[in-house]
Amino acid sequence: MLPPLLRRKPAVAVLMCVPLFGLILGLVAYPFFHALFLATLNKAETAFVGLDNFSFLFGRQTFWMVVRQSLLFALVAVVFKALIGLAAAHAINTIPTKGQRKWRGMMLIPWVIPPALSTLGWWWLFEPTYSAINWGLTKLAVPAVPWLSDTFWARFSIILVNVWVGAPFFLIMYLAALKSIPGELYEAAEMDGAGPWQKFFYITLPMIRNIIAITTLFSIIVTLANFDIVRVLTQGGPLNTTHLFATYAFRVGIESGDIPLGAAVSLFMFPMLAILAFIILRNVRRRAASLA
Amino acid sequence: MTAVPVTGATSLRANRRWALIAAYACLGIFVVFFLFPPYYMLVTSLKTNAEIAELASNPWIVTDGVTFSHYEHLLTESSFPRFFLNTTIVTVVVVAITMVISVLAAYSLARLRFWGSGVLATGVFLTYLVPDTLLFIPLFKIVGWLGLLDTYWSLILVYPTLTVPFCTWIMIGYFGSIPRELDEAALIDGANHLQMLLKVFIPVALPGLIAATIFAFTVAWANFLYPLAYIYSESEMVLTVGTVTTLIKGDVFHWGGLMAGALLAAAPPVILYAFLMDYYIAGLTSGATKG
Repeated sequence: MLPPLLRRKPAVAVLMCVPLFGLILGLVAYPFFHALFLATLNKAETAFVGLDNFSFLFGRQTFWMVVRQSLLFALVAVVFKALIGLAAAHAINTIPTKGQRKWRGMMLIPWVIPPALSTLGWWWLFEPTYSAINWGLTKLAVPAVPWLSDTFWARFSIILVNVWVGAPFFLIMYLAALKSIPGELYEAAEMDGAGPWQKFFYITLPMIRNIIAITTLFSIIVTLANFDIVRVLTQGGPLNTTHLFATYAFRVGIESGDIPLGAAVSLFMFPMLAILAFIILRNVRRRAASLA
Repeated sequence: MTAVPVTGATSLRANRRWALIAAYACLGIFVVFFLFPPYYMLVTSLKTNAEIAELASNPWIVTDGVTFSHYEHLLTESSFPRFFLNTTIVTVVVVAITMVISVLAAYSLARLRFWGSGVLATGVFLTYLVPDTLLFIPLFKIVGWLGLLDTYWSLILVYPTLTVPFCTWIMIGYFGSIPRELDEAALIDGANHLQMLLKVFIPVALPGLIAATIFAFTVAWANFLYPLAYIYSESEMVLTVGTVTTLIKGDVFHWGGLMAGALLAAAPPVILYAFLMDYYIAGLTSGATKG
């Protein structure tokens, strides 16, 4: 018919993508390559030092601690976010439809408050002298917890706040997935005498496996790259034990003024993010193919 | 099976009742977990300094009378209104830029196809996965070269890298789901691309447009890393950084003012969310699932 002729207007099509293309090229791709270049300079950015920044980092215990802490933080936080998100989504999906909106609405609030600001609230909850959580614990005859001054508890607190901020995202994703499971499957299973756990493991989990995978991968990226919570809560302390890649890069690159070294720290996230992105992309493509 | 229909039905009903009780118990615990920090922030912001400093009374309730003095102080004697204005300017401009870039690109990528459009669409998705913490140091250099360091214009420059990819991605999904018969009819009526975009695509994909706008708004309002790295003067600061860095200084018992500031700063996205929750959720879920 008429459309193919009219629709094939590459000039207009390309023109419409120019701003997007410029943005990606100028403010994402170029900065990435510039980061690679920066990472090979000395602190004053006057001389090329090859991989010295990287070998310097490899020789530092603090850096390895940052690597371990980032991975530990991301894995533990994502597992708990996924479990809480799944439990909450399942609970909402169990109750009558008319009450679901209200519960969901309340539970998404942590996700809507800018994390830097809600973390201020947590910081106040963890304050050594006035901690309202410790006040509650003492009432229950539990000894007060040194939330942010002890390494273990500081790491615990950061994971706790991250789970608090991020679990609602899993809740939304899982709830949408649960809603897409046909009710007949459960009815048939009930007819065959399946209990709640059997229904969960033999119907629910297999049906939402895909969403669980993709949400988890997304979340690992975001969690691994987290900055706000650690920055506000501990600034990396005590003794650098809670630094993540991002906060350590900020400390080294912006605060201590060693931009090349900071760029090198940030770049360490890249291989991990690239692998995760590759898996997600494959997954999304496969879904797209199966839908088409 | 047919011999025991009655007991089967009752145990089924009992099962369901227990599932319901367990679900409500679970929800109760989760709601407490999710809402106690903002609740405590609110309580603190309404207490007098004397009550905040006092250790004996229950910190979880206001016992000494409610005061709005922290809010008053914040709005009349601090830089908070300045932060609010700066954040509003930055957010509005970023949202506008984002929507123009994304809608144009999404229309082109969803409908027009050209050499390399598939690669570009994949590139958009990959860019969406790039976190702000990966590139803030090279962007620091670029912002410096452009002379934008220590102004909020630096944020207007860099925020679109966080908002445009996601918004383009979900708009491609929404535009792609519009039946082709609709634009063919418009084409036959002699519409050009601009008319088609404005008269057909945008109205039909309005829910997607709203979801994308909310996303861009939330991201621009909440970002903390870029303003912390690029802005040092109080007059140029935005809410997140201004609240975290400047309100902490001052007298020892700044907690009331700090919590009041955090709550006021968080209010616009929360209010927006309260009214547009469904769009908000639609945007999030479609971002990860739309092919």
